[in-house]
Amino acid sequence: MSNTTTTAFEAEAITTKERTQLQLVTKRFFRHKAAVISLIGFITIVLFAFVGPYLWQWDHRIHTEIPSWAPPSPEHPFGSDRAGRDMMGTVMRATGQSLKVALVVALGSTFIGAVVGAVAGYYRGWVDALLMRLVDILFVIPFLVITAAMAGNVRGGTTWWHMALILMVFGWLGTSRAVRAEVLSLREKEFIEAARSVGGSDLHIIFRHLIPNTMSVIIVSATLQIAFAILSESTLSFLGLGIQAPDTSLGLLIQAAESSAFSERWYLFYIPGIFVILIALTINFVGDGLRDAMDPRQTMVRR
Amino acid sequence: MLVFTIRRIVMMIPVLIGASLLAFVLVSVSGDPVADQVFILEQSTGEPVPQETVDNIKERLYYDRSLPERYWLWLTGIGETNGDIGLLQGEWGPSIEGSAIDVGEEIGSRFWITLRLVLFATVASIAIAILTGVVSAVKQYSKVDYLLTFIGFLALSMPTFWFGLLMKEAAVQTNNAIGSTFFQTYRDSTRGFHGNGWEVFLDAIPYLIIPTIVLMLTGYAAMSRYQRASMLEVLNSDYVRLARAKGVRNGTVMRRHALRTALIPVATFAPLGLATAMGGSLVIERIFGWRGLGAFAYDAITHNDAFAVLGYLFISGVIVLIGILISDLMYGVLDPRIRYE
Repeated sequence: MSNTTTTAFEAEAITTKERTQLQLVTKRFFRHKAAVISLIGFITIVLFAFVGPYLWQWDHRIHTEIPSWAPPSPEHPFGSDRAGRDMMGTVMRATGQSLKVALVVALGSTFIGAVVGAVAGYYRGWVDALLMRLVDILFVIPFLVITAAMAGNVRGGTTWWHMALILMVFGWLGTSRAVRAEVLSLREKEFIEAARSVGGSDLHIIFRHLIPNTMSVIIVSATLQIAFAILSESTLSFLGLGIQAPDTSLGLLIQAAESSAFSERWYLFYIPGIFVILIALTINFVGDGLRDAMDPRQTMVRR
Repeated sequence: MLVFTIRRIVMMIPVLIGASLLAFVLVSVSGDPVADQVFILEQSTGEPVPQETVDNIKERLYYDRSLPERYWLWLTGIGETNGDIGLLQGEWGPSIEGSAIDVGEEIGSRFWITLRLVLFATVASIAIAILTGVVSAVKQYSKVDYLLTFIGFLALSMPTFWFGLLMKEAAVQTNNAIGSTFFQTYRDSTRGFHGNGWEVFLDAIPYLIIPTIVLMLTGYAAMSRYQRASMLEVLNSDYVRLARAKGVRNGTVMRRHALRTALIPVATFAPLGLATAMGGSLVIERIFGWRGLGAFAYDAITHNDAFAVLGYLFISGVIVLIGILISDLMYGVLDPRIRYE
């Protein structure tokens, strides 16, 4: 009898519930309205690009049944181009290709950047000096020109896979600097000392302790990588140095409609452009929301 | 100050050499200009190219040497008597086009066309970014802040080439509507125009307006975010609160106490903006039909002209390093704790 009263009393007294880190972050993220709307928008675009082709009757190829220069209509919501491609299907394919490049670049260069940053920050000394000089040096080389020079020379035509690899070579620089800065302060903390004193190897400390604790920096920079990769990929494709026809990409579509912004076929210019902007915009907002949500200095109250 | 500047310049030499080495290796492994030339010859003559011609091309482009040897020759020219290679001796290496193009001369004649665009755009974007960043921070969470933040994000997400095409067509429409050609949307200056420095400058203005606005976009976007964040941090700091508590007037607090400190992170970031603008000039010059360094790089890339690409990478590396030097010197002006001894 008395036992139950105490528990009921205790339950009343404890008003704060324990929350895991993930719950806290999710809760904070969902308070950021722009970020949530952007996340929904981004997921919609991903579904449009990867599930859309299974539901839509036309693909990105030329079909003789499709009239040339068809204006937007229920059969062809985005119209058609001169050769007779349905633009809805083409934009789906193009968005998919650009997104594939972006996601691979984000994963790959975030991984490279995290490892380089953690290794440099953990070992300090000559390893750090060497790696960070390498980053400095790569920053001096103009990114767009060197990637263009590499992408323009791929034998047998550049595919989305080549694009991803080339962008990855230069994509990791910012991430590595951010992770290194975090690790430099983390390595002096007690838990790293504890891990070392119980005999944890360097590899163990880097991959099990340091990198997980810099996750917030890593996730934020990964989202920004997606935006960066989409913009770089479409720029290179626009210049004719990226993904090559007969495959398609958003940059190629804009290039094909280069001077039609104010003509009667304005939609051929704006639709692919708006897709590039929407992908980059939504992902930038998601990154911003994640940064706010994962910042340990943030409280539940907005200052 | 002078000693500091000289020391920084000396420290930049290894970075420049390292960058040139990396660029050389990347350009070399990603394409083979000799194979390209042979292919073009085969296409035009319709028969297989004799081995002798292949060897001649190889010899002319120094592709009969190993990669390290070729790099050494490109950098110093020591051990070669042809006199067309070796940066140290002022020679930029043979172009794939043969004697029709001298890489060094081309870069020299196009340098100012691109530099004035890049400088105008970078300086203007920094100025506007500082202004909007500060306004955004001072009026945090107001309508103005939200609007400026949204514009910043939009600018960050907009591809330069798309915005450039849009602005170009808009300028053409405006010209048609007002019945004059105030905005020049093609070429970088009037064809065959001659005059003194001032007249050349005046002539270039109508050509510069639209491309400068377009090129400002990327630099502005990132920089205004940085400026807002750093200004917010400073405004919430104790010493600004102290200054206010002392009764210092608001304008003075902003100018003398807050802004000066808040500019430091932006000074770090500015050279990166210069680097992005150099890359962006490739796109701008392609859209507006300029004949500057960007167009030079574009042609060199599409023709797989290795030494021309390397020449461009070298000169733009030098420009970026000069930008970094200027930003290092700016630190001292902004942060009195830094001493150049």
